[in-house]
Formats: sequence, C-alpha cells, structure tokens
Amino acid sequence: MSFYFAQFLTGLASASSLFLVASGLSIIFGVTRVVNFAHGSFYMLGAFIAYSLVTSLPPGPFWFWGGVILAALTVGVVGVIMEILVLRRIYQAPELFQLVATFGVVLLLKDVALWTWGPEDKLGPRAPGFDGAIDIFGSRVPEYDLVVIVVGFVVLAGLWLLFSRTRWGALVRAATEDREMLGALGINQALLFTGVFFLGSVLAGLGGAMQLPRASVSHHMDLAIIATVFVVVVVGGMGSIVGAFLASVIISELNAFGILIFPQITLVLMFLVMAVVLVIRPWGILGRPEDETAGEEYEHQSLSWLPSRAARLAMAGVVGVLLLLPFVVQEFYLVLMTEVFILALFAASLHFIMGNGGMISFGHAAYFGLGAYGGATLLLYGDTPMLLAIALAPFVAALGAAVFGWFCVRLSGVYMAMLSLAFAQIVWSIVFQSSGITGGEDGLVGVWPAEWASERQVFYYLTLAVTLGGILALWRMLFSPFGYSLRAGRDSPRRVEAIGIGFRTHKWLAFVIAGTFAGLAGGLYGFAKGIVTPTTLDIPRSIDALMMVLLGGVQTLVGPLVGAFAFVVLEDRLLAFQYWRAIFGLIIIGICIAMPEGIVGSTRSFLTRRGLVSSGR
Amino acid sequence: MSELTVSRLSKSFGGVRALNDVSFRLEPGELLAMIGPNGAGKSTCFNCINGQLRPDHGSVQFVGRDLVGLAPRAIWRLGVGRTFQITATFGSMTVAENVQMALISHHRRSRALWPLATRLYRDEALGLLESVSMRDQAERRCNVLAYGDLKRVELAVALAHDPRLLLMDEPTAGMAPKERIELMGLTAQIVGDKNIAVLFTEHDMDVVFANASRIIVLNRGEIVAEGTPAAVRANPLVQEVYLGAGSTYKPEARPAHA
Repeated sequence: MSFYFAQFLTGLASASSLFLVASGLSIIFGVTRVVNFAHGSFYMLGAFIAYSLVTSLPPGPFWFWGGVILAALTVGVVGVIMEILVLRRIYQAPELFQLVATFGVVLLLKDVALWTWGPEDKLGPRAPGFDGAIDIFGSRVPEYDLVVIVVGFVVLAGLWLLFSRTRWGALVRAATEDREMLGALGINQALLFTGVFFLGSVLAGLGGAMQLPRASVSHHMDLAIIATVFVVVVVGGMGSIVGAFLASVIISELNAFGILIFPQITLVLMFLVMAVVLVIRPWGILGRPEDETAGEEYEHQSLSWLPSRAARLAMAGVVGVLLLLPFVVQEFYLVLMTEVFILALFAASLHFIMGNGGMISFGHAAYFGLGAYGGATLLLYGDTPMLLAIALAPFVAALGAAVFGWFCVRLSGVYMAMLSLAFAQIVWSIVFQSSGITGGEDGLVGVWPAEWASERQVFYYLTLAVTLGGILALWRMLFSPFGYSLRAGRDSPRRVEAIGIGFRTHKWLAFVIAGTFAGLAGGLYGFAKGIVTPTTLDIPRSIDALMMVLLGGVQTLVGPLVGAFAFVVLEDRLLAFQYWRAIFGLIIIGICIAMPEGIVGSTRSFLTRRGLVSSGR
Repeated sequence: MSELTVSRLSKSFGGVRALNDVSFRLEPGELLAMIGPNGAGKSTCFNCINGQLRPDHGSVQFVGRDLVGLAPRAIWRLGVGRTFQITATFGSMTVAENVQMALISHHRRSRALWPLATRLYRDEALGLLESVSMRDQAERRCNVLAYGDLKRVELAVALAHDPRLLLMDEPTAGMAPKERIELMGLTAQIVGDKNIAVLFTEHDMDVVFANASRIIVLNRGEIVAEGTPAAVRANPLVQEVYLGAGSTYKPEARPAHA
C-alpha cells in the first residue's frame, strides 16, 4: 500500500512540473490564439540557464532558488523578445504561420543552446536542503519531489488569484473570451499580449529550471516535452488552467502506475486517455467549443488551380527534361533529384488536405515513416520483392491514418494540428522503443533496391514514374467531386452540411488518402536511402513537409513541388554549416513574415500586380 | 396531405421556454411567413424543423415522415432546402460551381474521385442560375459578389435538389429595401411555378405583406395569431405585440387626455 502511495507522489511530482509548462502554453493560447511551438525550447532554455546560474553562483539555498527564479525570468524576457520581433508581425496571418514561425524559433534556440552549452548533457546539483529522501509509510520519497509538488500547487493557486482577483487577470480572462470586444473597449492589446507571453514563458522557464535537480539537462528536452504538453492542453481544454492541471495529473499518474505493469504501455495509455476524452468531450475536459462560424473567416484565396494549356505544356516540358537528366548530369545530382521526387510526393500529399481541405497536420511524417518502416520490414522480415514492398507500404500508412485520422477530423484548426503532432510522436516513440523489430534508434539497415534497380539511373526512373503517378493522381482528385466537396467544406462547413454532404466523413477519407500517398513516398524513401531510422517520422520531418508546402505556396498547385525542390537544395547547401539549424530557422521565420504566399504564390501575385498575367477568375 | 405539419412543438433553454406548444400546417405552394418581435422563438422554431435543434416535445411531420432526431443532412435529402440569414457560399468557387456542388451531392456523387467536378451537371446549374437571373455571373467567384447576388445564388443552391419545402431564415436580411421586394417577388414566382411550400421568417413587414399567402405571429414562444395578411394586419393583438401594449408610452402617446 505504502509503495503505491509513494508511486502516487512520484506521479504527482511529474504532474506538477508538466503543469508548469502546460499552463504557460495554455495561457498564451487563450489570449493570443498562438500555439507556441517554442514553448518546449523555453523549457529547455530554463534548465540550461538555471544550470549555468546555479553552478556559478555561491552554494546554499538562497542562491540556488535565486538562480532558478532568475532563470525563469530570463526565459520570460526571451519570450517577450520573440513576441515583439516575430509574432507581432503575423498576428493577422492564418494560425498556421504563427505555428511554423515559432518552429523557426525552435530551430534557432536549439543551435543557440548548442553554441552556448556545448553538445553534452549537463548534470545540475541537487537542491540544497532537499537532497535526501524521507520516509512516508515505509517508502522512501525524494524530498525534492515534495518540493516540486508544493510549487505546482502554489503556482496553481497563484494563477487562480491572479486571474480572479486582479484587474490584469480579468483582462486576460476577457481576452480569452472575446478578443475583439476587448479591443473595442479600448484596451491596449499589444501590451496585454506581451505581458501574457512574459508570464507564459516564465512558467515554461520555471518548469525547466525546476527539473535541474531531477534530471540531466539535454538538447532533446524541447521536442520531448512539447508533444506531451500538447496532449495535456488538448485533453485539459485549451486556455483552461484547471483543465491543464487535471490533465497533467491524469497523464502523469497513468504513467507512474502504467510503468509498473508494462513500461511500453504508458504510450498506449496516453493514447487511450486522449481518445476517450476527445470522443466524450472533443474540446477537452474543461475546454469550450470553438465558435462554429470561426472557420468561415478563412480568407478564400483564388483557386484557379486547373492548369491552363500553356501550364500543362510547361509541365510536360519539365518532365521531358527530368527524363533526359540521367544522360547529362553526374550521379550525385540524380541522388539529389530522387530525393526531390520523393519529398515532392510527400509534400503534395500534405497539400491535398491542407491547401484544399484547410486541415493542418503537424504529424504528417507519421504516415511517411509508417510507409518507410512498412516497406522495410516487409523486405527484411518477409523477403518481399521490392516492388511489392513499395506497393504495400501505403497500406500500412493508410491503416495508421485511418485510426488517427478518425480522432483528428473531430477537431479543427490548431487543435487538429496539435493532436496530429501528438499522434505522430506516439508512433515515433513506439518505433523508437520497439528495438527488437525496428532496430530502435539505429533503425533498419540493408533496405537496398532489388538487383535490377540497383543502378542509380534505374532507381531514378522508377522513383520518377511512381512519384509522378502519385502526384497526378492527387491532382486529379483535387478537381474531382470529392476534392471539391473537401474545399467546399473548408469554405463553409455550414453550407456543405446544408447541401447534404457529411463533411467529417469526407475529411476523414481525405486524411486517409493523404496518409496513403505519404506512405508511398515513405516506402520509396527507405529504398532510396538503404536505411530507415526513426528520423523518418519525427517532429522535424513533419515540419519539413509543412515547410515545403509553405515554401512553395499553400494556395497553388505546383507549390509543393517547387517547395520540395527548394527545400532539398537549401538543405544540401546548409548542411555544410555547423549551425545550419539556426540559419534554417531564420529562413523559416523570414518566409512567414515576408512571403506568406510562398514562392509560387508570391511570384504569381507579383506578376498579377504588374499586369503580366491575368488574375484568373 | 400537408407538406409540413408541426404539432405541439416545445423547446426550453434552461428555464426559458423559447417555444411553447407551437402547431401549424403548411400546404404545397404556400408561402407562410413567421413573424414576431426579437426573442419570440422564430429561430428556435426554424432550427427545430431543420434539424439544428432537437425539440423537447412535439413532432415535425414532412410528407408523413417525422423529422425530429434527423441530422440537417438527412432532412435535406428528404427534399427540404434552406437558405441562411447570413449567406453561406463557397467563396473560392464560381457561382456555377456552387450550384454544381449541390447537384453533385443530390446525385450522391460527392465521393467520386475521377470525374472533373466543374464539368458535372453544368447545364442544370446554368438553368437554375437562369431562373434567379444570375446566368451572366456564372463564372465569377462567390467571394467577389455583391450581397444581393449572393442571396440569389443561395436561392439557386437551395432549389438544386428539387425541394418540396424551402426554409428561408430572414431571406432579405442585410439587403436594400428595393432588392428585398425583388428577391421575395422572385422567390414567390419560382415557388409558385414549382408548387414548393415555403416557410420564411422576416422582419420587413412590406416584404411579408406583399408576398406571404399566410402569416403566423409568434410572441414569447407561442402563436398569438394566424391568418391571411389582411386578417393579421387588422388583428389588435398583433398590433399590441408589435407596438407594445400601450402602457409604457401611454402618457406621451395620448397627451390629449391630459
């Protein structure tokens, strides 16, 4: 019995530290409607800064806690800088751009941390005065865990007082409820937004700094926590502090006890909790439904997508050049172009639901990776011929997309983005942990093409044929009644139901189709690389797909293809630099601020302004 | 048999009785206007019929079928068209494509993956647009149209599946007075030709009295009057509902007595 109580306390301590981070994200979202991807980076930064401060300040409790608080405040300032320099410029843009821009900050901060603290993990000192364990009903519980629990409750109470007893708190609650009304009442929103970012970032920094005596500080903390935090706020209800607290406790306790039964089950448990909550309460335990008409503010961009005769000829010309390429260029460029084709299909599959259906998936790599692993396992364990393995890979991905998509399409906008990311992270963890089958971190090696396709040129043509077929099939579907129904639902969910079309079912089918084609791309990718590792389905890979679509332009047809090309070339050039992530992060931020229509979209707008091409309809 | 038979419909929100025992019938080819002051229960009644809300009591019979509990989608399939108070069209599509979407859904082909959507049922769509005088704007995108034109597109969309009943929630809201009369005149003509029953709510009394074949007056969730436009206009109770009982402004209204 006492053992279970100790385990309960351990769970509560984890819940408490998770709550610190999640509440910050929730507060920021509630007021600004920005899902701050960099929130996990702030958490990591808090831990690193606290490490530096605590190890360089004199020993003793005063300086230890002083260091922790100072670290949290410093992170708060970083949050404010990000808000002022980046987000202020794009509050009016679609929510997707804010998400992606903050991911640029993630990459930037990753390299800043690498540059400042070096690549090694840092082990901080224990908290002075709380470095032992105490006896509770015969079980030993670390004293520091109790401190963390107390801090969690203090922060919960503090936030409650702040929001219910102060004028500023009332303003925050009012903004969460109705931003426009608050603006109409003459409240300075810029100041409120900056203040909220400060508070939220301080909480993330505090969460990170508090971890110092519990675990080593690593460069993986940022993305590891953000997925869990997304689950917490989706389950708890976006913008609800108490909801975040409840969800933190539920998830952490399930982890604490689940791990006793079967370590791998914790992920499944997290999935089950999320599934149950979202089926019963799609907006989270204490969340409230989004305004039903909110989606209709979507700015309808021109979709004169159907390529003109000239455009079709140009495309045929490009394909002709690609066919001749192996006779002209070196093998290195063929390898590069093979990757471009595969990623172009991957991007086009995301574009299918994103540009046309308005569904933002932040976890599209899950289906790419499922295809890659599906094809590789079939080859390595089932001795399946290469072509059959590539043909079956999409079905593995489709299965995953059917299950996860069923939940995802119940939500919309950023909620869906966060949920899709959480699912992708669960798939990643399962693959990462099942080292017996998937090879764990090292992945599956020896995924080589069949004898007849082992020549680079042959594999190039094979990839070109398959990806071209896939892209053309996706395009055709965009203009089919199904693709149109999807777009209709994006334009007006109200109207599409009123003409008898079940939008949710259509969204689900689209999600499965997109997953299937991503799986096809993934299947090819394994054979192109000869190896399949967990990076084929991690968060950065999902963001790659988003980047390609955004880089090319969401509201264009060839955007994803141009984006994939630009992306591969850019990556190839940047990898030469030690701090390529930072450069890439800055490019992402720059694109979000300066070229929200992407390469193709911006070019088209430019030409239209100059009167060089007609504006379509 | 009546097209629509609403009997003893009741709906409460918390402690507020938004609808109390409302019953009425609608015959084919009839334009029935539902009027009443704000908060009278018009929208609640509407939403109980179109499936958006589930009534607490009562039934809604549409050509012999009970609509209560059916999804808006299913009700549409049975032959009930609707237009919205605030227009809802597909802004990224052309006017013709908006109507084509309704036709595609009507023919149950919204999941077809191969044909080109813009080529399906195009002639039918253009025909419908002709009937609402929007044929010449068929190739324009909906998000550049004037509001009055959007209303016409909505009407064409609502007629796409040959409905037997049309539900129009404040069809002329947000329009200029002249456009209002025109739109309702057009509606009256079309439904007359096709013998469609129409239930509409409306705030503009000119529109109501010019086009309705019958009027029901709601107040505080109950029907307080029902009849021809002339009868309703003469009804003292209706005048009281619309102009107030007279007690509030009595001293000012009747200074002669002082």
